[in-house]
Amino acid sequence: MAKIIVYNIVSFILLIIFQVAVLKNVGYYNIAIPLPYILFILLLPLGTPNFILFLLSLLTGLTIDAFYDSIGVHAAACVALAYFRIFFLNITLEVDQRESFQTPSWGNMKFKWFSTYIVLATIVQHLVLFLIEVFSFQNIIYTLGSALLSSIFTISIIFVISLITYSGKNKLTSN
Amino acid sequence: MKNLWLFLVRYNAFFWFMLFFTFSIFLVIRNNNYQQSAFINSSNVVVGSFYTKFNSWKEFLSLAETNALLIEENTLLRQQLQNIEAPDSIHNDTTFTLLKDVRYQFIPAVVVNNSIKQKNNFITLNKGKKDGIEVDMGVISSNGVVGTVLNVSENFCTVKSLLNTATKISVSLDSTNLAFGTLIWGANTDPRYAMVRDIPNHIKVTVGQPVFTSGFSTLFPKGIKVGEVIETDLSSGGSFKDMRIAITTNFSNLTYVYVVKDKLAKEKLELESLNNNNNG
Repeated sequence: MAKIIVYNIVSFILLIIFQVAVLKNVGYYNIAIPLPYILFILLLPLGTPNFILFLLSLLTGLTIDAFYDSIGVHAAACVALAYFRIFFLNITLEVDQRESFQTPSWGNMKFKWFSTYIVLATIVQHLVLFLIEVFSFQNIIYTLGSALLSSIFTISIIFVISLITYSGKNKLTSN
Repeated sequence: MKNLWLFLVRYNAFFWFMLFFTFSIFLVIRNNNYQQSAFINSSNVVVGSFYTKFNSWKEFLSLAETNALLIEENTLLRQQLQNIEAPDSIHNDTTFTLLKDVRYQFIPAVVVNNSIKQKNNFITLNKGKKDGIEVDMGVISSNGVVGTVLNVSENFCTVKSLLNTATKISVSLDSTNLAFGTLIWGANTDPRYAMVRDIPNHIKVTVGQPVFTSGFSTLFPKGIKVGEVIETDLSSGGSFKDMRIAITTNFSNLTYVYVVKDKLAKEKLELESLNNNNNG
């Protein structure tokens, strides 16, 4: 249990630093920006209570907002992401799996499930993020386009990170 | 209560989501100038379009009021027109300035009761003694003669309509007073037509010729169009001929009228009464 907490704290710090120190300066003319910090929320243990999940999402979002000077935008997107995560886990996983403290990582889950999870969650988070950032339905095509391109960017980086940190099956289940 | 609790627990994710999401949006709007202004703007769009819709209805509902204002303005314009028409080319400016005011004043009024189907028709207007209406004033509409004031109360007056056997109005065949006669409703029962009597036989009258008020009486200013001749030779025998005319005033939908107040009426009548005294 303690190992999970430490693991998550470390991943939180590393992802945030990676996001704000490196990826903040990376982007394709504001059309596509990578935001792989959401991996932290996606990789929280499966059995995380809803309230804790929402709270951590909000905190993650607010941390990013603090660096991006966009108070609330990322927070809202992350909260939406947390809700999507709960919804997705509910419809795809068995109850016992859902209540374990397994990390839903590439190593622990099937690749098909993991990739679907990452892709859908990223698209949801980016759509909410861009819509709130623009805060209007004018130029909706442009907004949706940049959300989609950013999603592709983010998804690729998330897969790269997942690949790098890939470890054998069920590494954390014993805890 | 237990069910409610179960419901809340079952859908706790959704409620947490609403709570946290609302909080985030609140932060966004509160702390971000752009979203703040955008928020206010979008709400303004909503409010603005609502008001536009609402106003179009309101405008429709206040049409009556608008019409009243327009008729007020028309009255003013008519009075100003008098300023221009009053001085003949023969008169010089001094006469005109001595007159100081125009001779006729128009008081706008609304028809509150009207009849066209009776043998003697009367109209009730919403202006009375309070507004300066007196007995025997002429009443015109924007396109013709209506009648003369018969009785006046504090707030209302009754008008002896042109469609009344007792109404007689002095008219001329054109604005230059070549020939004048008397306008009566005549024996017909159609509110669209009236008779002009006592036109001398030697006057040539053509169908379609306009008929105007003569301005001889104190009732109407000179040159208000009454109607057009549609039948010329309804001979009544003797040296005069009768004509049937189509009235320009539409009595069936009469709404706004002007009461004509002749400011010099008293002076004129007093002067004319001297003639009678001399005769007597």
